[in-house]
Amino acid sequence: MSLIRYQAPEMSTWPSFDRWASLRDEMNRLFDLPTMSNLARQAQLFSNWTPALDLYQTVDNVVAVVELPGMRKEDINISLHDGMLTIAGERQSSSGEGESAERTERFSGKFRRSISLPTRVDASKVSATYKDGILTVTLPKAEEAKPKKVEVTVE
Amino acid sequence: METLTHESNGRATRENERFVTPPASVTETGDGYTLELEMPGVNKDGLDISIEINELSIVGRRSNPQIEGTLVHRESRPHNYRRTFEIDPSIDTGKISARITQGIVTLTLPKTEEVKPRKITVS
Repeated sequence: MSLIRYQAPEMSTWPSFDRWASLRDEMNRLFDLPTMSNLARQAQLFSNWTPALDLYQTVDNVVAVVELPGMRKEDINISLHDGMLTIAGERQSSSGEGESAERTERFSGKFRRSISLPTRVDASKVSATYKDGILTVTLPKAEEAKPKKVEVTVE
Repeated sequence: METLTHESNGRATRENERFVTPPASVTETGDGYTLELEMPGVNKDGLDISIEINELSIVGRRSNPQIEGTLVHRESRPHNYRRTFEIDPSIDTGKISARITQGIVTLTLPKTEEVKPRKITVS
């Protein structure tokens, strides 16, 4: 006799399990049509757009560089809270009518990235630029976080 | 017809340079295909698109902002972008056009006149 953990039947109707049911369906479909373009489409199931983020520290600033191709400036939100920089936004899908997708690898939709900053920054002086699909956020360091040169006279 | 702009492995192992494969989308309209590639950090000058026999090759060279400082955290890859596609015979290679806006390369690949859907008027 084998012992199997009892599973409440209502578990399968639990909302968070729906996701797994759709995952199973997607997996089955994957085996039905194992073409490349189809595989690329399956990737949309796990559609979590995580833009690459780099963080630099210069003498005066902390600089965040994020790869965000194809955004509109007004769809990018930058916020600073408790030493945590958050960059969020949404990319509109560009598909129009009378088009059929042959291959879809690009993500559309929402994203959110948060990173804790290594030093204290002056929140009132934060600036950002968006060029060639790259967002650069410059966060000036707070006065007390800047390296200070202290003159010591030796007597 | 199932044959479209297929991806090819690239005829070349010409150079040892490493490349990033940019995500791409291909959509078909009645007049042709639209190919979109994500190449953040690339501008017009860094883009190199070529057609050799029936292979379309798109190379993007980054001109990322240079920051004088220490890198604390890195997720981006420093390599340039490259992707190659095999062109379907229905595409008019002489009429391919391209543009780049905010790191998105958009190529318009029109079909040849012969394969475009057309209406025949009966006189």
